[in-house]
Amino acid sequence: MSDAASALRCRALVKRYDGGVVAVDGLDLDVAVGECFGLLGPNGAGKTTTVEILEGLLDPTAGEVEVLGMRWATDERALRERLGVSLQETHLPDRLSVGEILTLFRSFFARGKSLDDVLRAVSLEEKKSAWYSKLSGGQKQRLAVACALVGDPELLFLDEPTTGLDPQSRLQLWDLIEGFKKGGGTVVITTHYMEEAERLCDRVGVVDHGKLIALGTPRDLIASLGGQEVIEVTLVEGTLDEPAVARLPGVHGVRRVAGGFALAADPLHVALPALVDHLRGAGHILERLSTRHATLEDVFVALTGRLLRD
Amino acid sequence: MIERRPRSALAELTLARFRLFFREPSALFWTFGFPVVLAVALGVAFRNRPPEPAHVAVADAAGAEPALARRTTAALQSDRVKVTEEDADSARTDLRVGKVTLVVVPGDPRRYRYDETRPEARLARLLVDDRLQRAEGRRDATRVVDERVTEPGARYIDFLIPGLLGMTLMSSSMWGIGYLIVELRAKKLVKRMLATPMQKGDFLLSFVVMRAVFVLIEVPVLVAFGWLAFGVRVEGSLMLVFAVSLLGALAFAGLGLLVASRAQNTQTVSGLMNLVMMPMFVGSGVFFSSSNFPDAAQPFLHALPLTALNDALRAVMNQGAGASTIARSLIVLGLCGVVSFVAALRLFRWR
Repeated sequence: MSDAASALRCRALVKRYDGGVVAVDGLDLDVAVGECFGLLGPNGAGKTTTVEILEGLLDPTAGEVEVLGMRWATDERALRERLGVSLQETHLPDRLSVGEILTLFRSFFARGKSLDDVLRAVSLEEKKSAWYSKLSGGQKQRLAVACALVGDPELLFLDEPTTGLDPQSRLQLWDLIEGFKKGGGTVVITTHYMEEAERLCDRVGVVDHGKLIALGTPRDLIASLGGQEVIEVTLVEGTLDEPAVARLPGVHGVRRVAGGFALAADPLHVALPALVDHLRGAGHILERLSTRHATLEDVFVALTGRLLRD
Repeated sequence: MIERRPRSALAELTLARFRLFFREPSALFWTFGFPVVLAVALGVAFRNRPPEPAHVAVADAAGAEPALARRTTAALQSDRVKVTEEDADSARTDLRVGKVTLVVVPGDPRRYRYDETRPEARLARLLVDDRLQRAEGRRDATRVVDERVTEPGARYIDFLIPGLLGMTLMSSSMWGIGYLIVELRAKKLVKRMLATPMQKGDFLLSFVVMRAVFVLIEVPVLVAFGWLAFGVRVEGSLMLVFAVSLLGALAFAGLGLLVASRAQNTQTVSGLMNLVMMPMFVGSGVFFSSSNFPDAAQPFLHALPLTALNDALRAVMNQGAGASTIARSLIVLGLCGVVSFVAALRLFRWR
């Protein structure tokens, strides 16, 4: 048994599909009780495969999984009672109402929340008797999460819960997840939206090609770039002397991006005047210069050289 | 607020099946409406009619007196013989194209021209000769009395209704279970439910319960329709009809489950379903008796579950057979159900 505060633990997880494709390539993860953990990565990075193994829906080729101190092979029934799962895409029956679907899912669990409580948690009280087919995309997604909440789970798995949703629906879903966290629940969420991870997650693991390439709090990961701020520079012509720019005070890194350069900068009020002086001295003419806060997207690009949504 | 679950998972799953079924108008039609429409159409097409009159031409023989042909025609005209008087050429043509089955050429000797291999031509020959000989003075040696019989349960519609019942039970069980399961799988709902503590057995059992309840609706609809519209009677025990139907529905439920056990999308399962059902639509005696097929095919046809179901339903409905008479059919159905259920459970793709 692991220590009592561990909600999830996996070691050397490998999943190799029949065609020889390796979707998960030696993954170690630890999630503590009460934590919101985000698995980040581009499409096809192995997030869903990883989560489905953790959910006991897929057998790993190798490696160990322990959920709430139990194992899938021996404690499946007991585990299922304590987990809430929302798959990446679930098409619930079109001609069942919200209330009927929730009552159905509720009946699978020995204990759980009342229908009204769940409806309130996902703000679907008004839609109780509406057919699934009549719901908007955001309402469908909230219902999918509601189906994961009916059993009053200790651990909630959400696989890309906000993909394809409009901004307002995403905000509603984020509120819902934060509400669950406040109640002491543990969340494992996959996403390729950086702002989602930054807002919701206590810690994130960045996954690429089935491997964990970074792990930490969003703040730590961003700090690892060397700067909290990013200066983006586009020149009319010519190219930056990258080593020289990197030596400027307050500049912690330079990389090429589409259309120009991105500089990790901290503090900004030191880096910016130095940069402007340097550009003037080198005779460059600026087409554009802008600054923004660094995001997890920058972390991913710095680690892989690719954009997350590529 | 934490509360104990109000209703069992099996009850909720079954309820969901019914809701989904009754909210799908096309499913309703194919299950309840279609067999009735088919029964009406076929019942009308094959209704019992009075015997067809024989179509006969009287040809004017070259050189014969015209009055003779006219007399012959008059002697033949009746509701059992339809006569036309024609010249020799057009009579020959009418015989060749089948407008008439017999050409009478009056005279001495009187000539009958017809194709001996056609039963209705031979019948017309006998009828015509009998009428003409009587008109010319022949007397019967013995007095005869005709007793016409229409045996109940011997009409085509009596044969058809149990066959349609069997066919309905087969297709609604197979489609109702097989298609639905694959649809749920394709929509990832099977996987989604598997991520809950739901028991796999409850999931499968809900389909079986649904089928069993539907038998209680399907059987009365068709049996009552056959009785009210065509006077088709159930000679044997109505309870036995229900019991046989239930066993049949469960056997096909198993088969439906087996067909659906691996398929990932609805196109695949539709193809498989047709592959399994088509031989039975044709060979299992829904519309015509399976004994029309060659002897060599009979052992195969009798091993088909729909043949067993149709045979059993006909024996009970038409001949009033008891359970012991149809034991063989019941065993075939039972075996089919058990074997396919077990195989389906082993093969079933849950994830």
